[in-house]
Amino acid sequence: MRNNLIKKQIIKILFLLLVTVFSPLHAAINVFACEPEWAALAEAIGGDDLIIYSATTSMQDPHHIQARPSLIARARRADLLVCSGAELEVGWLPLLLRKAGNASIQPGQPGNFMAADYVVKQDVPNKLDRSMGDVHAEGNPHIHTGPENILLVADALHQRLSEIDVGNEKHYLSRYAAFEKRWRLLMAQWKQQVKFLQAENIVTHHNYWTYLNQWTGMNVLATLEPVPGVSPSSSHLAKIKKRLSKQKVKMILHVSYVNDRPTQWLSEQTGVPVLTLPATVDFQGGQTLSQWFEKVVRQLVSVQ
Amino acid sequence: MNTLILRNTIICALLSHSAVALSETDETINKKLQALEQRLQAMEDKKAAESSIRRSTKQVNNTGFNPAISMILDGAYASYNNNPEDYALPGYALGGEAELAPEGFSLGHSEITLSNNIDDKFYGQFTIAIAEHDNEIEVELEEAFFETLSLGSGLTIRGGRFFSAIGYLNQQHEHAWNFYDAPLIYRGLFGNRYIDDGVRVSFVAPTDLFLELGAEAFSGRKFPAGGEHSNVGSWTAFANLGGDVGVSHSWQAGLSYWKADDIEREYGTHAHGGAVIEVPVFVGDSDIVGLNAVYKWAPNGNYREQNVKLQFEYFKRDDDGAVTLLDSIPLETSTLNGEQDGWYLQAVWQFAREWRAGLRYDALDSDSQGSDPDVLDEVGLLANGYEPERSSVMAEWVPSEFSRIRLQYNHDKSYQSSDDQIFLQYTFSIGAHGAHQY
Repeated sequence: MRNNLIKKQIIKILFLLLVTVFSPLHAAINVFACEPEWAALAEAIGGDDLIIYSATTSMQDPHHIQARPSLIARARRADLLVCSGAELEVGWLPLLLRKAGNASIQPGQPGNFMAADYVVKQDVPNKLDRSMGDVHAEGNPHIHTGPENILLVADALHQRLSEIDVGNEKHYLSRYAAFEKRWRLLMAQWKQQVKFLQAENIVTHHNYWTYLNQWTGMNVLATLEPVPGVSPSSSHLAKIKKRLSKQKVKMILHVSYVNDRPTQWLSEQTGVPVLTLPATVDFQGGQTLSQWFEKVVRQLVSVQ
Repeated sequence: MNTLILRNTIICALLSHSAVALSETDETINKKLQALEQRLQAMEDKKAAESSIRRSTKQVNNTGFNPAISMILDGAYASYNNNPEDYALPGYALGGEAELAPEGFSLGHSEITLSNNIDDKFYGQFTIAIAEHDNEIEVELEEAFFETLSLGSGLTIRGGRFFSAIGYLNQQHEHAWNFYDAPLIYRGLFGNRYIDDGVRVSFVAPTDLFLELGAEAFSGRKFPAGGEHSNVGSWTAFANLGGDVGVSHSWQAGLSYWKADDIEREYGTHAHGGAVIEVPVFVGDSDIVGLNAVYKWAPNGNYREQNVKLQFEYFKRDDDGAVTLLDSIPLETSTLNGEQDGWYLQAVWQFAREWRAGLRYDALDSDSQGSDPDVLDEVGLLANGYEPERSSVMAEWVPSEFSRIRLQYNHDKSYQSSDDQIFLQYTFSIGAHGAHQY
């Protein structure tokens, strides 16, 4: 009698276990983020319902990533790909997509999400010529440096997650709403803090911070890379040095993952301070999107 | 338009509302008006954002559907101590494209690649290489294949003409190689590379550790196979493992197997005093076992500034059959029981953004026996104890992802008389930005 009861209990538990293991409703969604900023955004919107993998770190140049075996293995199991797009990953992502044998993340599928599709892009070239360097036909892909872009992408991403994880829409909507509210609030504060940068002259290394410059209203006087992706030559640096001697320049903006020797040289020659901003979220180190941008703002404020 | 209607409705509603509730103070009405105005503003903002999204979508025109086109310009200046026409690899009768580049200026493979997703289910790629051999322009169809995109479950099928997965380097286009010339073992066994027409099925396991299993079936008409086959002439099976160690290190290791039975392998022609040309042909069964390992390092995994790549491959071929010199009178023939193996190890260091340097060492061995050693010797299959080896060093300047100038020196002991070889090579890529394999 008692044995029977225990048996029944065991069967019940086993059945429940089976249901939870095999039920598609409770399966966590695997997200493959090309860059850490999108991993952090997915985390903000999806929370624990997502298993998030970031293909790159904040110390890596997203143009130059190897199509490594580990990335193919991760792409193989992804339900959703969240990338910048606008050709930023053109040197490695197409290969991952072709090798992974994963139908749901191919272009045109709901599992293929390109953040740059949802914002207005800057630096769209009128003419395409490689003599202009590694230009992107679709415009500047470093869209996460503009905090307003984050809102547009967050909106599109929560909709996409709801589309993929059917039945879980409420979860994404409520988390997105909370994120949006908080981000708007922070953005207003940040904007106030960097107000002093309005119309200030700066020099940048690569056109990495285009959207940030636009948001703060800073005026980019010169770019150290003569054309995108090409290292600054000494003659080009000398030319910039000459220009800087005639105008008042607030700072030289630099990206964390790029060799800073040319930047340091120019700074020593001109006395203009270098500001090395973290390129993106240190997702692997547990940083959130707002923590990263707060750090960027704090560093900008430090030059006041 | 819509906002205009909305605005009118709101005003009408407000008017009727205020008419009914006359007792309400002006202040509360003002507050309500303000709240409504705010909502309106929010809606207008959202509309503006939406329309800006629409603006960002690209204009579609006819050329938008053109495939990605890329072109490789490749050429070199070569200098040898020995006569390149005398080149031989004792123990390995050469075939395919195994000869040395001519002395002085010459063009390498000029390639044109077209590729694109065909639709949501297939990808297609087409490569022609144009090269000159003995003053004749030859157009080679290097690749023409389709590949599935939508099978899922880690499965991919490729069909058409493509580079076999038999070795690591074999799947890379020549312009992606780290040295000017092919490793000796590739030259000896495959005539530089193995391409054939057929089909490949590959499967990537759903694990964090990269595990790929695959098999290929080919026509068997191409060197080192050959002859006509009514069904599958040669086939391969391969397995690759790979992963990361921390954020700075990554690796891949592979095992492959190739088998071709009842083949007629034609080696390079063989002249006797200029007049009679005898063609050595191997008839029988052949198989190849391959091992490869690749390791890459970059500080913080950032390959832009600095990185190191180590690469090792080993191959061993077993031949069992007979070799005949066609058109020889009297007909010269011998049984062949051959074993050829060799390896190379190379290291390439990108020490600055635009500069790379590399070292490579090649070593080969062979042991072939048959009923008539004289015939085997004539064909070049007897090494008589000689073991070919070669050491190479190269430096290259890579001003952008699209251009490269390379200087390479080989101390080549492929055959008994050692040779010093110098190559100055340019490789330019025009057009679409290709993605490079690991």
